[in-house]
Amino acid sequence: MSKKTLIETKDIYKEYVTGEIVTPVLHNINLKIEEGEFIAIMGPSGSGKSTLMHILSFLDTSTKGKYLFQGKDVSKFDDEALAKMRNKNIGFVFQAFNLLPRTSVFDNVRLPLVYSDRPNDKKAVEDAIEAVGLTNRINNHSNQLSGGEKQRVAIARAIVNDPYILFADEPTGNLDSTTGNQILQILQDISEKGRTVIMVTHEKETAEHAKRIICLRDGKVESDGKNHNCRTARKGKLNK
Amino acid sequence: MENKEVAKIAWNNLHVNRRRTILTMLGLIIGIMSVVLVMSVGAGAQSLITNQIQRRGTDQIAVLAGASEETGPPAQAMGIIITTLTDEDGKALLDRHNTSHVRLVTSYISGNDILRYQNVERSVTYTGTNASYLEQEKGEMDLGRFFDEGEEAGHSRVMILGSEIAKELFSNQSPIGENVKLKRKQFKVIGVLKEKGSSGFENLDNAVLIPLPTAQRDLMGVRHVSFLRIRIDDEKYLRQSVEEIKQTLFERHNDTDFSVRTLEDMLTMLTTITNSLKFFLVAIAAISLFVGGVGIMNIMLIAVREKTKEIGLRKSVGAKSRDIMLQFLSETVVISAVAGAIGVILGLLISFVIAKIVQSLGYDYSFIISPTSIVVAFGVSSIIGLVFGIVPAKKAAELNPIDALRYE
Repeated sequence: MSKKTLIETKDIYKEYVTGEIVTPVLHNINLKIEEGEFIAIMGPSGSGKSTLMHILSFLDTSTKGKYLFQGKDVSKFDDEALAKMRNKNIGFVFQAFNLLPRTSVFDNVRLPLVYSDRPNDKKAVEDAIEAVGLTNRINNHSNQLSGGEKQRVAIARAIVNDPYILFADEPTGNLDSTTGNQILQILQDISEKGRTVIMVTHEKETAEHAKRIICLRDGKVESDGKNHNCRTARKGKLNK
Repeated sequence: MENKEVAKIAWNNLHVNRRRTILTMLGLIIGIMSVVLVMSVGAGAQSLITNQIQRRGTDQIAVLAGASEETGPPAQAMGIIITTLTDEDGKALLDRHNTSHVRLVTSYISGNDILRYQNVERSVTYTGTNASYLEQEKGEMDLGRFFDEGEEAGHSRVMILGSEIAKELFSNQSPIGENVKLKRKQFKVIGVLKEKGSSGFENLDNAVLIPLPTAQRDLMGVRHVSFLRIRIDDEKYLRQSVEEIKQTLFERHNDTDFSVRTLEDMLTMLTTITNSLKFFLVAIAAISLFVGGVGIMNIMLIAVREKTKEIGLRKSVGAKSRDIMLQFLSETVVISAVAGAIGVILGLLISFVIAKIVQSLGYDYSFIISPTSIVVAFGVSSIIGLVFGIVPAKKAAELNPIDALRYE
């Protein structure tokens, strides 16, 4: 089965400049991600995994290097073009859910469409809510939901615009393990339907739901493969 | 993003924070309300004066002693006494050789003194005038009669009283035929004027009227008059008559030591004075508009901080900086437009109540809504929303989505 390359990065380098202090965060990241992959990006804090995710999800741009999305170099896109890319091509799931308070499930899920060219696509919203099994809560306000339900709303919001990739940043971090597993199951289902899922996590168990695990350490790819090969941050040895 | 969506988000945010929204609006509501109120009450007060002047009729012309600018105050207002204008000037103006449409000329000279009846004393302003006074002032007699030309020419010691002064001096007793003393000289009261209410700067109800020569010779020892009032037979000859009067007086005096005024001039003068007063008050009221605007900016800056995470989220799902800017700007514009509308309505309501109260007190006060003041007040409040909304909206739009998402 031949799969199309969705993302290709070439020598991505990223540094942050605070005053006169230059902090390099990512060094020579070369990745190829295909459509439909379920990837976990792992690494201890400070390893650059969040920065990598931000670049891949068009929230940030690299200092040097090329980022090809569907063969198109987006590394020099401006703010407005990046906003459009985010809106059309990706969905986000955050650790802290980030739902709009005092707003219905329906309106929360609809949010990305508000900024798209089909703000009144009611069916897309209903379909996304159905996909996460929350149709019965569609008119509830976000503060009336449990943590797991909130994260499911967030997933519905992330897929409502039918994106190529779904980014999940520690999606189970604020949930108990049972609910966390349910959320991971939903992500897995989404991935099996052909959507690319890229999940950032520092939990081994969570990462193991993915088909491919990329380990970052000190801004470099330490390992990239089917298995979990990351050293833990503290002990400095392989954690198997 | 569609405009409808922007408005919806703004409305939702304002609705969710109802109490804060109302408090934010309060400053602006008060500001707009005061502007509308001051404009309306100012116009009403103007009407109070102008209505009374207009009631005199527009066929009247006044000649004041002393030169003055067209709309400036007359020389007498500065305390200068000019003695060049006389009753003979008035008689000359009636001459058809000099003017073609002057119908009636009345001379006036006033002085202040003590008027006494038995044990009651009043300090009064008395006026020496001609027998034509009643027709000139469109006055009516309540009791007795006015003095005639014979009494005027003969220096008669007769007196006509205004209704109020008559009541003060005589209570319920009829003053007709009674003797009173003005400047220790005895006068016989022969008439009382019908109550008329104050008109412009004068109050005929307080009038003490005596024949002109009596006032000039017996009380004041002068030959001049303070001013003349002239009626013409048709107001369409007003301009022509003014020119003829000026010409006649110039020929007689060989100098422009007089001022000819029409009611129109007087209205213009009064409007100039009252307008400057009105705009001064509006300017003060406008300060509260500014304060209201600063209040809005403050609240919106807090709102931007509170919503940092939401802004990050919106940007992460595709909101452009422009969308965020628009969202916050529309919030302030909605706040200020709604506050403007409420302020205008309240201002009008209060002006209306004031008008009703003043009218019920018997004053000729008009309830005036100037559409300009409403448009201006509403426009200004919207502009304030825009101007004071820009800083917070820009701050929101410039937020980096990553930092915003991380904000706790």
